[in-house]
Amino acid sequence: MNKNIDTKKIIISNPLKLDCGKEINNFPIAYETYGELNSGKSNAILVFHALTGDQYVSGKNPITNKDGWWSYVVGENKPIDTNKFFVICANVIGGCMGSYGPSTINESTGKQIGTDFPIITINDMVNAQYELIKYLEIEKLFAVVGGSMGGMQVLQFVANFPDKAKLAIPIACTSSHSAQNIAFNELGRQAIMADTKWENGFYSNYKLNPDKGLAVARMAAHITYLSEKGLQEKFGRKLQDRDSLRYGFEADFQIESYLRYQGSVFVDRFDANSYLYITRAMDYFDLSKQYKGNLSDAFKKTKTKFFVISFTSDWLYPTSENREIVIALNSIGADVGFVEIESDKGHDSFLLDVPSFLKTLGDYINSTYKIINERRI
Amino acid sequence: MKEEFNIISNLIEKNTRVLDVGCGNGDLMKFLQENKTKDIRGLEISKEKVQNCLSKGLTVIEGNAESDLKQFPKSSFDYVILSQTLQAFLNPELVINELLKVGKKVIVTIPNFGYWRVRLQLLFKGTMPVTENLPHEWYNTPNLHMCTIKDFYNFCSTKNIKIYKSIALKKSRISEINKSNLNYKNLDSHLGIFLIES
Repeated sequence: MNKNIDTKKIIISNPLKLDCGKEINNFPIAYETYGELNSGKSNAILVFHALTGDQYVSGKNPITNKDGWWSYVVGENKPIDTNKFFVICANVIGGCMGSYGPSTINESTGKQIGTDFPIITINDMVNAQYELIKYLEIEKLFAVVGGSMGGMQVLQFVANFPDKAKLAIPIACTSSHSAQNIAFNELGRQAIMADTKWENGFYSNYKLNPDKGLAVARMAAHITYLSEKGLQEKFGRKLQDRDSLRYGFEADFQIESYLRYQGSVFVDRFDANSYLYITRAMDYFDLSKQYKGNLSDAFKKTKTKFFVISFTSDWLYPTSENREIVIALNSIGADVGFVEIESDKGHDSFLLDVPSFLKTLGDYINSTYKIINERRI
Repeated sequence: MKEEFNIISNLIEKNTRVLDVGCGNGDLMKFLQENKTKDIRGLEISKEKVQNCLSKGLTVIEGNAESDLKQFPKSSFDYVILSQTLQAFLNPELVINELLKVGKKVIVTIPNFGYWRVRLQLLFKGTMPVTENLPHEWYNTPNLHMCTIKDFYNFCSTKNIKIYKSIALKKSRISEINKSNLNYKNLDSHLGIFLIES
């Protein structure tokens, strides 16, 4: 949570006009890179992270000391092989891993910005990250890739910068946040705001942290990332460190204990206000509305190749919503591939060891890279 | 297989836009990509086969021709190919109509149920035919609507579908089908290949 994070950072001096009408400038973007940019600058892949992700895609996350959030996908000899590709990932604005967010210290007051931070959108996040690409002097990315909120950023990126990526891979996402998605996010926000230690978002001024509220938010959200079958198979009605029910409200069941643990580790690494701001950005995401109700128009100007991926057991961003993106692209004759991967790991499938997903994604990226490079010769 | 690919490839003009419906593992797509055009897409219902295609870098969508062809705009492809798949649909007529909408021209290939080897099995053995080209037993075949070259020929004329070219294949021997040799070709060919237009 911005506790003296020693991270790569640039300061964006260009003013950025946000969707809410406010303008920001001289703001930090924290990022990480993996692999090396080749001399032709043709091997760069921009990865967008999801709600609670960060710039530490692969290797050890220096803050949590755990593996990077996409270690199954990105790394040496992984589907996105860092021996071959130059992978960039930035912490989104609104985040809490060094980019401009509610836990950034306002230098004039010496205090965290808190809820004085402006409301940001997926569009704002993408525009801010484009500044990083300019800073790195990459004229054209080989690919933009991301799952969940990262997928939304992929779609927004191609809509905003139609000639800046050769390949776009939105995974387990949507072009428009559904009522169900908004409902779950609202549940999380209300849990945080109901915590008396939230203090209208200025908890850091009082050396407080609404950790109970944030933990509940995380627990509720975590359920939506799994599938009923996955939960049943992993936990069933198994009891936690006991042989019989205790007739009380302790964590009798393993699933309770698991969720409590997930909540408790989350509050150590994530800022409650960031959770509010980023979920809001997701709720506001409606790409087809940005194009007057016609999603296809978002992609009319682009020649970018698309590969859309969904998962059978993902009920948070179900196949039907991913298919809408495919349909919109097909209806303008765009170059789009699509597959629904069989998995019982729910929405989280894109983060986990799902062999057919990892193989298809890796093979596709590598053969497309080869085809595109051959074409140039 | 190779002969069929060659015939299909010869029916297609260079650098045109092609959709392969029921593209399987993408063998025909790869063949056409190397010989005719880079601008080729596939539609396939089997997840596993879609993954195989994507792994080769082919642009393929997982979907069902009976419901998912609608998403493509009218005449958005110069050629739509349906290779030995028509008989597997619940409603072949509907699929042909969808193909004719999406493609300016359509190439349909048909395993010929009128081939004499097929006919003989039913006539003499009294069992449902199993051949090299139709390897399934009656209880596990995906083929719901088998037809003959003559059936398809007649279908096109009844539905006012224009046949540009019709080719019969027997082993590797290629010949043209026309009205006067239709009965003979229907008896003597294992595969019919039709280039049609609405």
